[in-house]
Parts: sequence; C-alpha cells; structure tokens
Amino acid sequence: MTTGHDTAAASPAKEGGAAPARPSAGAPVSDKERRRRARLSRRWQRDMRFSPYAFVSPFFLLFLAFGLFPLVYTGWASLHQVELTAPTDMNWVGLRNYTRIFDDDFFWNAARNTLTIGIISTVPQLLMALGLAHILNYKLRASTFYRVVMLAPYATSIAAASLVFVLLFGRDYGMINWALGAVGVDNIDWQNDKWPSQIAVSVIVIWRWTGYNALIYLAAMQAIPQDLYESAALDGANRWQQFVHVTLPSLRPTILFTVVVSTIGASQLFGEPLLFDANKGASGGSQHQFQTLGLYLYEQGWVNQHLGRASAIAWTMFLILIVIGIVNYVISRRLRASS
Amino acid sequence: MTTTLTEVDREAQAPKGRVRRPKAARAGGTLHAGPVAYGILALFTIGSLFPLVWTAIAASRDNQRLAETPPPFWFGSNLMDNLEIAWKDANLGEAFLNTTIVAGISAVTIVVLSTIAGFAFAKLRFKGRNALMLIVIGTMMVPPQLSVIPLYMMVAELDWTDQLQAVILPSIVSAFGVFFMRQYLLQALPDELIEAARVDGASSWRVVWHIVFPAARPAMAVLGMLMFVQTWNDFLWPFLVLTQTGNPTVQVAVAGLGRGYTPDQSLIMAGALLGTLPLLLVFAIFGKQIVGGIMQGAVKG
Repeated sequence: MTTGHDTAAASPAKEGGAAPARPSAGAPVSDKERRRRARLSRRWQRDMRFSPYAFVSPFFLLFLAFGLFPLVYTGWASLHQVELTAPTDMNWVGLRNYTRIFDDDFFWNAARNTLTIGIISTVPQLLMALGLAHILNYKLRASTFYRVVMLAPYATSIAAASLVFVLLFGRDYGMINWALGAVGVDNIDWQNDKWPSQIAVSVIVIWRWTGYNALIYLAAMQAIPQDLYESAALDGANRWQQFVHVTLPSLRPTILFTVVVSTIGASQLFGEPLLFDANKGASGGSQHQFQTLGLYLYEQGWVNQHLGRASAIAWTMFLILIVIGIVNYVISRRLRASS
Repeated sequence: MTTTLTEVDREAQAPKGRVRRPKAARAGGTLHAGPVAYGILALFTIGSLFPLVWTAIAASRDNQRLAETPPPFWFGSNLMDNLEIAWKDANLGEAFLNTTIVAGISAVTIVVLSTIAGFAFAKLRFKGRNALMLIVIGTMMVPPQLSVIPLYMMVAELDWTDQLQAVILPSIVSAFGVFFMRQYLLQALPDELIEAARVDGASSWRVVWHIVFPAARPAMAVLGMLMFVQTWNDFLWPFLVLTQTGNPTVQVAVAGLGRGYTPDQSLIMAGALLGTLPLLLVFAIFGKQIVGGIMQGAVKG
C-alpha cells in the first residue's frame, strides 16, 4: 500500500494541513535554523503522507492473515486430498472433492435443510423485529427497559441457549409439549421429526436475534424525518398507510442489510443444530433431519477427517453466498427503480 | 414540539455519558402507545426472559423433578449444590479465567486498532481511502466459517491446539469495529480540533494519543463491550481448536456438559446458568449503553 511516492513532491498545502515548521517569510533565519526547519518540514510531510496508511494497515494485515489468506487457501485445499491426521500432506485431486460431495445425498439434504431452516428462522424473525421496532418507536413508558430486555437473549451464548431449548422442547417432560398438551395438542417429537426439529432449531435462532434486529430497525426509524409523517398525515394517510408508504421505503437499505446479514448467519448455522442433537453427534439428528451445511462441513472435516472435502463444502457455501448477494443486489435495484 | 422530541432522542443515542433528559422526551416517536402495544411488548418481554428464568429454575431442582409432568415453575432448593458440582465437572473456574483472557485481549486490541483505523478513514485524506473503506465493508460479508480449515491447519502446524493464542489471534480483527469507530468519529471529532493540534506542530501519532483517544472514549467503551460479548459467546472456532479437558472457554465447557454422558439435566442447566450469568450482569449494568451503541452502529452514514 505504501508505494514509494516521492515525499518531497507533495506540498503541505496540498495535504490540507498547516505546516508549522515552515519559515515565516521575510524573517531573517540562520543557515542552521533553515536546515533544521527543512528537516522538520520533511518529517512533517512524511507523517502526513504515510501515517494514514500506518493507521489502517494493522486491520488489513490481520485481515490478510486471518481472512483473505485462509479463504484462498481453502479454495486451494479443496482441490487436494487432505486428512485431518496429517494436514500438511496434500495430494492434488482436481475437482474430485466437489464431484464427491455433489454425489452425496447428505450434501443436498444439508443444503435443503439450511435453506428451509434459514427461511423459517429469518423471515419471521425480521418481520417480528420490524413490528417490534415500530411499537418501540411509539411514545412509551420505560422504553429503555424493553430495549435492554429484548437484547438479553443476544447476551446468551449459543451453547447455553441451545441446551435450555433442548429441555424446553423435550418430548415427554418438556415445557412446550406440556403447554401444547394443555390446549389439546399431542406430544410432538421435537428432536426426531423433521419439521418439528427444524422449527425448534429456528426458534433458538429467532429467540436470540429478534431483539437485536429490532434495535437496528428502531435506529433507522428514528432517523426518518418527522415531517415526512406530518405531510403524509396531511394527505390523509392513516397509521397503517404511513407505515407502508413512509416507514418501509425509508427502511429499505436497513432491511436489505439485515436480510444479507441474517442470510449469512443462517447459511453458517452450526452450534444450534449441533447441540440440539439428542444423539450428541454431528449428523443433525438420527435421520440427518436438521443437518445444516455448517454441520455437514464439520462432520466431513473433523469427524470423517477429510479436510479437503470439507474445504470443497466451504467453497461451495461461499459461492452460494455470492449468488445470494447478487440476487439481493438485483432485487434491491429493481425495487429502487420501481419506486 | 414533535421535532424537538426526536432531536433530543437522537442526541441521546450517542453514548455521551449519562445526560438527564426531561421526562417528556424519553420516548422515541410522537404517538402514544396504546394497550395493544403494551400487551405485545409484555409478550415479548416474557418470551425473552422466560428461557433465562427457567434455566435458573431448572438449575435449582434435582434431576428427578425435571422429569415429571408438569415441569417445575418455581425454584427448588438444590441451586447451590448443582452450581458447585457443575462448576467442578465442567472445569468452569479455568474456563472463566480463559474466556476472560481471550475476550479481554480481543476486545482491547479490536478497540485500539479500530479507533486508529476509523480515525484515518473518518478524518485523514489519503489516496485509495474510499476503495480501502469499501474493502473493509466488504469483509463484513465474508463468513468466518470459510477460513476455519486453513486456520486449523496453521494452528496444528504451530502446535497451538488447546492454546489460548489460537483463539485470540483470529479474533483481533473486526471490520465492524473499524466501521463503527469511523461513524462515531465523523460526528464526534471536530476538524478544528485536529487542525489546531496540527498548527501546534503535533504529529499524527500525537493527535491520535491526545485528541482522538479522549474524544472516542465513549464509543470505545461501547465497542469494547460489544466485542467482549461477541468473543465471550464465540462458539465454532473455540470448539474446533480447544478441547474440554485442555484449555476450554466457557462456551466449550458448557457445550461439553451437554455433550458428555451427564444425564443430569439440572447440572447441565446449572452450567448453562453459570456460563450466562456474567454477561447478563454486564447487560443489567451497561444495558442502556450497549443498546445505544448497537443503535448507533446501525445508522448508516
């Protein structure tokens, strides 16, 4: 980043800062003093030119080491046979890891599960967060209290939350089945039936993140200029129409942001399905009924010890995310064009 | 009247310490909430807190009582015993120490590096600034899970398995942190202040030390807490490189309780409670500031 620019070429004025060491015009200065000032001035210019790069470089160096390099290296490893037992021993196999996972029914099962769990956790979560933010935007008694309480699940770790929900969702003695039984619903096997288990995993995600997203929406709502609502009210818009025609359009960038972040989060889902498993394995239930891609990656890499294949899964997930990102971008452009 | 209300409130989002606001200006919008709104809020409050409260209830019972219908709704007498056994079984003392070290070092490093970089992006002019900032924002979109395999290889190569530095190092960089500090410093640090220091001959590093750090202190505190919470709760990476018996973090230890052959649910709940309690305490004390921080980081600029 800090390529060898000629430091003397840039005048201090161009850099936008005042240079205190410059000799004031007309004042008699000795030769020695002039040299001292010139030296200070050069140091000043170097400072102005290079310090910004010095300030941002730790981030980029660390990101290179722990973000970008591993990302690229994962792609490289995905073309090799690598075993967990000897991670430095790499044999080139070309695309065989990819064909192997694409031939694996459990991969497609995991992809489908990730998609369905992603949808049933993200959609209700963001809709509830939107409604919640709308209510929190009213004039409320003890509004700070609600905000802090809604955020408490966010402070709870995946590990603790998942373990608690395992108990709450217990088939025979769980609180949720007991409550459902009180209204005449038979016991549901939340851990072993396909849809109930996916819903249960989603509930953990929804519980942890709804309040957080609500706060983000609330912040964006409070940034909407009040006169937009006043003019809408003058035009005879009722509250619902104001919400649809003023709040939602103003919130569009924020909504897009939360959709992207939640999508990424949902595609990575790991801890919740891992700990929700009654068999304590990485298969996402006895029938793989809630095995996500994240869990499948872990199973291939750390249980079956095929790091090369796990890398291929990781890169497939990355490509899927890029596709989702592009789709999101196209949709948001369409929306912007149509409004 | 309405505009002043929102202005006051928006100002209050910026974590500038405790500013007492007039009572009328406490709320966000201009419309009063009706009973329906309070009803929905009450439901969400119960929904948010119930699993936490029930963790404590389950942790205070014995295993027998948890396997009965209906499940217990009120506290029993076994809390202290369960906590003590869980503490020993899950090696929680060491886990707490480890997690405090990991989360502490990560949070402090992230805050310092983010403040310096955020200052450069907010207030300094340099070639490629906008492009680099776009890269920072772009990195927020790269899922961390993609890098775990090479990171694991690196750690294995360095023989760092079960070592805390294996957890700390990858977590000391945060694009969100840079973005957050940039947003804050754009508003909170007047250009005149920097210029004045420049005129006095201060170098960039002196400016950072004497002007940026003091000006950014409230945001640094909030970011520090957010990052502390995040690192404390981090699961995937510590789970991969640390074992329950080696050098566990709290999350690895608590997960180990659930994955071991301990059939005693009340013990597992006691462990979950212990793992959650410190952060809930932090939230109870600093909740208002953390909420303000998240809301501030959310507003784009």
